[in-house]
Amino acid sequence: MSETTRPADSSAAAPAPALEIRGLRKEYRRGVPVLRDISITFANRGITAVIGPSGTGKSTLIRCINRLVEPTAGKILFHGLDLARLHGKALREARRRIGMVFQEYNLVERLTVMENVLSGRLGYVAPLKAWLRRYPQRDIEAAFELLDAVGLTEYANQRADALSGGQRQRVGIARAVMQQPELLLADEPTSSLDPKTSVEIMELMVALAESRHIPVILNIHNVPLARRFATHIIGMSDGSIVYDGSPEGLSDDHLKQIYGGENWLE
Amino acid sequence: MSSAAGPAQNRPPPFLPNWPARIAWIALAAYAFYAASILDVTWERFVLGLENGAKFIGRMLPPDTEAEKMTLMIRGLYESLEIAILSSTLGILLSLPVGLLAARNLMPPWVTWPTRLFIALCRAFHQVIVAIIFVKAVGFGALAGILALTVASIGFIAKLFADAIEEISLKQVEAIRATGAPFMNVIAYGVMPQVLTRFVGFATYQVDSNLRNSTMVGIVGAGGIGGTMFAAFQKFDYDFLLTILLAIIAMIMVSEALQNRIKRLYQ
Repeated sequence: MSETTRPADSSAAAPAPALEIRGLRKEYRRGVPVLRDISITFANRGITAVIGPSGTGKSTLIRCINRLVEPTAGKILFHGLDLARLHGKALREARRRIGMVFQEYNLVERLTVMENVLSGRLGYVAPLKAWLRRYPQRDIEAAFELLDAVGLTEYANQRADALSGGQRQRVGIARAVMQQPELLLADEPTSSLDPKTSVEIMELMVALAESRHIPVILNIHNVPLARRFATHIIGMSDGSIVYDGSPEGLSDDHLKQIYGGENWLE
Repeated sequence: MSSAAGPAQNRPPPFLPNWPARIAWIALAAYAFYAASILDVTWERFVLGLENGAKFIGRMLPPDTEAEKMTLMIRGLYESLEIAILSSTLGILLSLPVGLLAARNLMPPWVTWPTRLFIALCRAFHQVIVAIIFVKAVGFGALAGILALTVASIGFIAKLFADAIEEISLKQVEAIRATGAPFMNVIAYGVMPQVLTRFVGFATYQVDSNLRNSTMVGIVGAGGIGGTMFAAFQKFDYDFLLTILLAIIAMIMVSEALQNRIKRLYQ
């Protein structure tokens, strides 16, 4: 823990943080913690990348935030609301305010691109209206604007299963931004994509989030990609945080500590 | 290559024999031979049967198309069609919620367990037995047939629908849940698009099945062409029987063509 770095800028950013995690613990099996009492504060702007080896709990951490995974103990404070304690309607209302982008896109394959983008509004549209596709006009206009922004306007009526991986992730990003979220989570958004498409997807996500002032928390195990796009980096190893600082401050020693060994560096 | 002798001896066999499965197949074959041997099938019985069959077919020809009997037949067919369509509609509508409640990946055990028991009860008896019960309950006529085939439809569609839901990709469901969507929206966007084509497939198959069964429940007095057909049998009215059989075949073929159209609508 002594090597955990706290750069000056994060504590100087006085305005309320996007998210504050206190003592978060997750055990899938009793007595085998995947997250070991983690505490982090996420700034209300910029891109925070969580890096670390596979199986170290990065995904679990992200999924605890919007409760796709149930935390075992701890607090997740989101603008004063403890997400870990919410149930039913209150949980759904909190989820509306948090967008999520998935590793395998998680689009509804048999629905069209437009229907997938509009599904970002499902927290707000009543079931009968959603089923009859009676979305408010402003939602439809917002969806078209987003499709323009991700360059898929002419695919609006294509089924999601007709798209390539990069195109699907663009739809996934549009769906998440469609929620008009106050926080965007991304769980390994580029791991299923080729290197060139990965960079394009990261550029798109960062540009959309920055233009709308949405703070982003993303898991990524590609260190160069994290360094290139993140404004803040969290390093995880074996369920604990071992680095919390700027991309510039991340040294080879830190990487050795996060991933173990050193032969892979270079 | 020359030094391969050493390590090769330590290798496991590339394919493991599945002895329980082999024994089960051998036991099945042995029982089939035994059961056939005690059936007392003789050549004389076979020849006698052929003669009876030829006599029966001779009396069927030519089919009887007398006007009075034709109206009787058309009335019966119409009632069968009514039983098939109403029971299918009711069965399909009820199977949707029942199937959802039985899906173990969406519902807690205290919901799926009783629902699955209910579906098993719907499937437990043959339609004719269920029809007899409903004839006792609501009296002779089409209503008993409609109720009996509705029960059969729920037993078939709801079970297969629940199984189909249990095979969906939960990633798509997860994404919809993450948007904060209420449960019904999760069903409408995360679940239904994944299972709709299969549901339509099960439903059209059940319509076909109900159409065939609706011609049979009449035998126990539950309405439809079955009653007329059974009466023709009893009165040795074999030429009229042939007319009815041909009409049923025509009806099934038309429905088959219609089903293919419907399935194509929902690809």
